[in-house]
Amino acid sequence: MPLKRSFSNALAAWLMASPLAIVLALFLVLPIAMIVVVSFWGATEFSIYPAFKLDNYEFLLRSSVTYSVFLKTFMFTVISWALCLAIGFTVAYFLAFHIRTQTWQIVLFLVCTVPFLTSNIIRMISWVPFLGRNGIANQTLMSMGIIDEPLEWLLFSDFAVVLAFVHLYTLFMVVPIFNTMMRIDKSLLEAARDAGATGYQTLTNVILPLTKPGIMIGSIFVVTLVMGDFITVRFMSGSQSANVGRLISNDVALLRYPSAAATSVVLLITVLIVIGIMLRFVNIRKEL
Amino acid sequence: MNETPKSNFVSRRSLLKGTAAVAGAAIGSGVVTGFPTIWAQNIKDVTLRQFGTGVSNLNDVAVKVKEDLGFTLEMTALDSDSVTQRAATQPKSFDIADIEYWICKKVWPTGNLQAMDTSKIKNFDKIAPIFTTGKLTPESTVAQGTAPSTVGFVDGKGGTAFAKEVTGWMTLIPTIYNADTLGIRPDLIGRPIDTWAELLNPEFKGKASILDISSIGIMDMAMVCEAMGEIKYADKGNMTREEIDKTIAIFTEAKKNGQFRAFWKSFDESVNLMASGEVVIQSMWSPAITAVKAKGIECVYQPLKEGYRSWGGGIGLSANLSGLELEAAYEYINWYLSGWVGGYLMRQGYYSAVPETSKEFMSENEWGYWYEGKPATGDITSPTGDKLAAAGDVRDGGSYEARMGAVACWNAVMDENQYMVGKWNEFIAA
Repeated sequence: MPLKRSFSNALAAWLMASPLAIVLALFLVLPIAMIVVVSFWGATEFSIYPAFKLDNYEFLLRSSVTYSVFLKTFMFTVISWALCLAIGFTVAYFLAFHIRTQTWQIVLFLVCTVPFLTSNIIRMISWVPFLGRNGIANQTLMSMGIIDEPLEWLLFSDFAVVLAFVHLYTLFMVVPIFNTMMRIDKSLLEAARDAGATGYQTLTNVILPLTKPGIMIGSIFVVTLVMGDFITVRFMSGSQSANVGRLISNDVALLRYPSAAATSVVLLITVLIVIGIMLRFVNIRKEL
Repeated sequence: MNETPKSNFVSRRSLLKGTAAVAGAAIGSGVVTGFPTIWAQNIKDVTLRQFGTGVSNLNDVAVKVKEDLGFTLEMTALDSDSVTQRAATQPKSFDIADIEYWICKKVWPTGNLQAMDTSKIKNFDKIAPIFTTGKLTPESTVAQGTAPSTVGFVDGKGGTAFAKEVTGWMTLIPTIYNADTLGIRPDLIGRPIDTWAELLNPEFKGKASILDISSIGIMDMAMVCEAMGEIKYADKGNMTREEIDKTIAIFTEAKKNGQFRAFWKSFDESVNLMASGEVVIQSMWSPAITAVKAKGIECVYQPLKEGYRSWGGGIGLSANLSGLELEAAYEYINWYLSGWVGGYLMRQGYYSAVPETSKEFMSENEWGYWYEGKPATGDITSPTGDKLAAAGDVRDGGSYEARMGAVACWNAVMDENQYMVGKWNEFIAA
């Protein structure tokens, strides 16, 4: 009897897990396995053929372009992440601790999401006329007498790329941080105050450790989005900078799928390593 | 079906008799004229699927085909990379491929297209000689790169090797072509520009641009390097590795010195860069110039002393076409060359394969302005009605002969294409 029950329990468990397992297998594992397989294939100018060759990786790892492009990708990622974190944390802090009624918290939070009602590309492109040589930014600065010549580096530069990233992805930082901050028991803050902690001490000793999971979730969003991006870099740098995404998109455009797949695999591994390191600092599961 | 053996029988008999050959021919021709009426009813059910780049995949053409010929033409517009891919890998997905000549060079060996019998093409004799002999005038020489005449013919219907001379089997029927050069903003430059070398002139530091499509961009680079006297190419359309290295090195240095404001990949980007004044000199396409002008901004498609970089497209038939569909495709091609499309394209600033027939569909003023390079006698408008030029204006570069006669090289795909693409990526990442 106990044996039979444990068997039916096990069966039920398998059955309950299988829908998710099947969905994941079909839409996550299978495509990634496919990309890994194709990355070993060979390519002619307009066809790809099954093979097991290391040429794609060899070319990738030997080319100096790869290293400079990965370096650039990391640079964009680190700068965008730091700025998103600083702004996102500030905004979430303000919403969570300075706005007193829940109604206003919700209203202001929704205001933050308003730009997201338009498409990603449109939000990005609208910077172009603003930052241009004869754009609003330059004209304003010149009419205020702050500069004599238009600032060239405002548009089609790394500055523009980072600006667009921060603009596009800060909300992904605000949401999880705001969420964890709202769960912080207010009596903890009172206790800190009663124990004589200054505002800064409360922030660093109470709030910051308790919002770590939110920060980490937001960071994972920002890091993966920035590392996988190609269109923002293309538009905002005027095609003058390259990141890994653009390398892949160039390969796809030239029908070099195996080479694109190899680059994707390397990028995937890199991103996984980065996230693995980040997760060493915070145990998200435990804290959720 | 019943008539065919009979006509054979009659003509064989008449040949034997040796006297009634004329009668046989008369009966034969009776059969032939009867034939179109048989399929004229079925042809309304025919649908031809055409795909190609946006430039000549015009909806107006499909509408007019339905009106004039009765059958349906389905158009799909793709970018040139996808066009190449589709023509090479999905032969069953199309009936008519509207591709560029350099794509033809890449795709033809796959056997996905079939050659066309020139005897079935009514206006074949009137096709501009640049596509047949390669010579605009008997004295001119064939330009560098993938000149259309070098990939325009094969030996037979199933031929895979390109013929060096005109044969009865054509690979592509030319549809649309033009000569490209640099676009400039004369109001912001304020002095004459007459050489490709100006693109790298430090005077335009931070105000120049080049297109980020490697196969075309490398040619514009070559035009510049040659004009600067830095490199002398044997064939700009088929460079050696050493030539590619040198060319890219010169442009990488210019990029590091901040010569370029941006690179563009799509038509709209080039228009915006120029119209906003971010860029004052750049590689550009003819309709982009028109689009900038349409905004009321001065913009010139500057003729340069080294000549033009030219390109041309044409329609090819899928190897899968046969029977009624094939007849319909020939009918379509004959209609294409009969003038209406030509007139439409010429009024957009392109050239048509058979200028002679296009003339009948253009006003004297339009023909004079677009083709002969004469001052306009009245307003020149685009097919969609935008005003492009006023009375007295002359087309940049002048007449057809002046422009197409000064082609220095054609868009091409190099033997060292893969190597070049790798180098191009380095240039963009530099």
